[in-house]
Amino acid sequence: MVKLTIDQKAIEVPEGSTIMDAANIAGIPIPKLCFLKDINEIGACRVCVVEMEGKDKLVTSCNNEVEEGMVIYTNSPKVRRNRKKTVEMILSQHNSNCVTCARNRNCSLQTITRDLNILDVPYEKELTPLPWNRNFPLIRDNDKCIKCMRCISVCEKVQGVRIWDVGGTGSRTGVYVSGNRKIEESDCVLCGQCITHCPVGALRERDDTEKAWWAIENKKKVTVVQVAPAVRAAWGEVFGIPAREATMGKIADALRKIGFDYVFDTVFSADLTIMEEGSEFVERFSKGDTRQMPMFTSCCPGWVRFVKSQYPHLVSRLSTAKSPQQMFGAVMKTYFAKKIGVAPEDMVTVSVMPCVAKKGERNMELFYEEYAGHDVDVVLTTRELTRMIRMAHIDPCTLRDVPCDDPMADGTGAGVIFGTTGGVMEAALRSAYYLITGENPDADAFSEVRSTREQPKWKEAEFRIKDIAVRTAVVNGLANTRELIDALERGEVHYDFVEVMACPGGCVGGGGQPIKDGCELATARSGSLRMLDEAAPVRFSHENKAVLHLYDEFMEKPLSHKAHLLLHTDHDAWQMPDTKK
Amino acid sequence: MSRLEIPIPNRAQVVVEQLYKDLERRIEASPSGLCPIDMSKAFLELCHAQTCGKCVPCRVGLRQLKKMISDVLNARATLETLDEMEETALSIMESADCVIGYEAANMVYKGLIGFHDEYVSHIELGRCNCSYQQPVPCVSLCPAGVDIPGYIALVHEGRYKDAIRLIRKDNPFPTTCGFICEHPCEARCRRNMIDDAINIRGLKRMAADFAGKVAPPQCQTSTGKKVAIVGGGPGGLSTAYYLQLMGHQVVVYEMLPKLGGMLRYGIPNYRLPKDRLDDDINAILETGVQVKHGLRIGIDITIDDLRNQYDAVLITIGASTDKKLGVEGEDADGVISAVQFLRDVGKGSAIDLKGQEVCVVGGGNVSMDAVRTAVRLGARKVTIVYRRRVADMTALRDEIEGAIAEGVEVATLRAPVRIETDNDYSTRGLWVRPQMISSIRDGRASVKDTGEGDILIPCTTVIVAIGQDIESQHFADAGVPVNRGVIQTGRHGGFDLLPGVFAGGDCATGPATVIKAIGAAKVIAANIDEYLGFHHVIQSDVEVPLPNMADRNPCGRVNMTEREACRRVCDFDGVELPMTEAECRQEASRCLRCDHFGYGIFKGGRETLW
Repeated sequence: MVKLTIDQKAIEVPEGSTIMDAANIAGIPIPKLCFLKDINEIGACRVCVVEMEGKDKLVTSCNNEVEEGMVIYTNSPKVRRNRKKTVEMILSQHNSNCVTCARNRNCSLQTITRDLNILDVPYEKELTPLPWNRNFPLIRDNDKCIKCMRCISVCEKVQGVRIWDVGGTGSRTGVYVSGNRKIEESDCVLCGQCITHCPVGALRERDDTEKAWWAIENKKKVTVVQVAPAVRAAWGEVFGIPAREATMGKIADALRKIGFDYVFDTVFSADLTIMEEGSEFVERFSKGDTRQMPMFTSCCPGWVRFVKSQYPHLVSRLSTAKSPQQMFGAVMKTYFAKKIGVAPEDMVTVSVMPCVAKKGERNMELFYEEYAGHDVDVVLTTRELTRMIRMAHIDPCTLRDVPCDDPMADGTGAGVIFGTTGGVMEAALRSAYYLITGENPDADAFSEVRSTREQPKWKEAEFRIKDIAVRTAVVNGLANTRELIDALERGEVHYDFVEVMACPGGCVGGGGQPIKDGCELATARSGSLRMLDEAAPVRFSHENKAVLHLYDEFMEKPLSHKAHLLLHTDHDAWQMPDTKK
Repeated sequence: MSRLEIPIPNRAQVVVEQLYKDLERRIEASPSGLCPIDMSKAFLELCHAQTCGKCVPCRVGLRQLKKMISDVLNARATLETLDEMEETALSIMESADCVIGYEAANMVYKGLIGFHDEYVSHIELGRCNCSYQQPVPCVSLCPAGVDIPGYIALVHEGRYKDAIRLIRKDNPFPTTCGFICEHPCEARCRRNMIDDAINIRGLKRMAADFAGKVAPPQCQTSTGKKVAIVGGGPGGLSTAYYLQLMGHQVVVYEMLPKLGGMLRYGIPNYRLPKDRLDDDINAILETGVQVKHGLRIGIDITIDDLRNQYDAVLITIGASTDKKLGVEGEDADGVISAVQFLRDVGKGSAIDLKGQEVCVVGGGNVSMDAVRTAVRLGARKVTIVYRRRVADMTALRDEIEGAIAEGVEVATLRAPVRIETDNDYSTRGLWVRPQMISSIRDGRASVKDTGEGDILIPCTTVIVAIGQDIESQHFADAGVPVNRGVIQTGRHGGFDLLPGVFAGGDCATGPATVIKAIGAAKVIAANIDEYLGFHHVIQSDVEVPLPNMADRNPCGRVNMTEREACRRVCDFDGVELPMTEAECRQEASRCLRCDHFGYGIFKGGRETLW
């Protein structure tokens, strides 16, 4: 332990603590902008500076460790004066047109400016806007960027992709797409982690809410919306609704009030995915196809973009099953359209996803008999859903639990945990066990694959199902994924089945989720989904009555010809830009 | 009322003079990778501030150039802007009245020609394509990438053994480099911006002095693979060390009786005491590296033999033959190459120079080694003969000054033309032709004859130190690509057509420095390991201390001192005196820790393994 004094308060903190950690322990919050724990501890914004007795120059509290006997002032006149000047300098290069910013009232710079009571900036405004392809799912406004470098660090360290880099030198230094590329020509996987880790509104998703409003308003169109499992674990944060009360039922209520004609839960198609992907795995595994390299899950479009650009030779290792979003879209435009007597071209399918990559995933054009179109027409993030709730002037307190529409109202606990790392694997194993043995395992028999955002690199587990050993691994975060694949390719490890989710913690930590700067909420949200699974009356995808009904009435059986046409995809049918040779 | 007054500089002028000095040091510490156009603009602003304002081209023209450069930087320029800039710059160069104007325009003009592509790319991309290249200047400039801020911090805490362990992660010759490294790391030390570069080499020497014997780390599990290394110089031994640590069995083939190559047989004992060289070599051998002495490659054993016996072969034979002057009488008795001369001394069979007069031709470090060795062998008079001026010599300043202090004559602007011999073809003197310094070409002053008559410098020995070559014939015969005597490897140190064969050090680069050979050794060790099918990493478990948070107040640099010249010329003992521990701590405390402050913590970080 180290003894020191912060703001006249004597405290004792563990060795190796930073000054900022120590101040937190003492209940003294120090403002900060560029700091991201373990990811971006570079002392660039100079907002977290403190005064150290015996030293003229101020020091950053975020990346300097405490020493015995240190005397620190976090809010002395000198600190306050310098901090204010620094923020004024940042504001001179920041487009502070806050009222039209996606991060209005959720912006760290705005908060600090308010806290420092900056009412006038003495410097001339010098904005440097740069052109950007506004049709790309990821939007960047250079004139809002404060060069905190978080996006660069997150992309490089957490995702191992390096889309962003520092460009230019001297006073012109800024953040650019690396390698002089345009974003649409880059291998950006669209995970959106740079968005959720941006302290201001320099990065955001393309806003598609107007497309949804247009469909709702258009009398000829039937609007069908689906909501991904991870959305329910996070949307309430925006309105201050406690996790337990922020139910899927209330989202359904809100979506109906907004004006959607039919509301469904993507959990249904998560169960459907398990039927297809689980059956595919059992088939590939039994044929010995996984002896060299595993079968990878395919439900995460960020991961699919990653493998296509970074490891194109491994694309054949992906499951051919579409993601739950795409499966649901296909089911809506075929089975459901027929059921309600609507032509697929008159149906607008909307999905609410915790994800930015889903906006890219929907792009592929598909064929439904004589009609060609997209499985999903409009993809909204969780953040866009909350914006639509606000746009509709719905008071969240008035929302009540309402069920989803028939005939796809059922969902199981197994489908719910699709939204968290390890969930797809666990759900698949529950059903694979059934497919192999003909009987159900204990629903918690595969809890060993339950993983977290904080797990080391990846989690592996071996299960024996009827004397057959199945080796599995679960990984989240693409930098971890890269290490896992490299280990697989070097032959250091071997697995039969690997679940990959691009975002740390899985979809609950997705790039389309609500942002709370400085807080990684994936683990807490994951807990909410796990609780929903535990409390679910049905916890096996193969027992989802609506799914079984769909097979009986329409799809025949998993991996049938029809299922292949509608529920499986060809990963080679589209090109990822900047694919590695 | 006085008729004349003694001028007294005003206060502002005194401060500005200091700022000029600050700027000089700052430019010296300038990192590479900065946008050349942004820098051109900055220089131009300085130049423009110097204008007296009398003449139009300088007063107005430079301002217009500045605006056009700004347009380029702000993505408001077209390719026509470049034409206009060129015309304006040329016009100022041709019409300005004085140097302040025409040289300022010339700086812009040089850039327009020299980095034209950068200008075009700014205009076409609408942005700068440059990026900062030196997060931690010393580490970036060290060819071996040694963790310099790390070991300086350890020295500051008195953890000398840990400092040696940390250095060895990237460089298994800490003691040797502590004595003789050319320290490219110091060139752009950011401490220059306050006062002066850190004495990095000196601190490394002190770490080695104070640490005593430090055992090497444990080798990783044996892989059963065998690697032959031809040549036991710094490059070969460094590769041997890392491959052995990775678990491979290395056998070094050395034709001379002892290991060390040029370190033992080229560098005199007074610069690098051989018992201190042995400290490094013993630690390397302690890892289990085997040595076979006396076998000459191409004569006693061939590359093909080695390829058959080993899983991989590395050629690190150095550059140990001499370049010839190409003058009449060069084959006379008494003419000897510096390489041969120094090797004989290293082997203990030095020629007798007592009472003789000696000329050494050349102005590089080998020449300095030769003259100072000749002094110690008892020569009555030793003369450096050099075509250019002292300022043009490539030898380290300290070496030149050391030689002069030891009584060496320096005959500059003298080009050797022939060797004067007597009847039995023994050397009697060196004829030289007087030269005058002339125009500067490619940044270097050239020389031309003055037209005066040749001069005879009487001497009985002429030592030629004008460069070294590589004995590459056998390798060329074995199918190794050789160009102008230098072995041509790919950037990985190997050959596309000869899998499993690698080359490095002087034989693959031409004569270079120890630290470059060590840097290449890391690359080759990693690539041989990959070639053998492994992915071992080399790392150090030494934890680097936290940065010292004290304010950085200006403080002089501790330089090394030397023994008195009149005493040191009597023996071959080390010339350089150590720092005291107090000096060592103070010097270490000057380090600015660029690994923690500035860009280093963002993009430089710390390579804890390779």
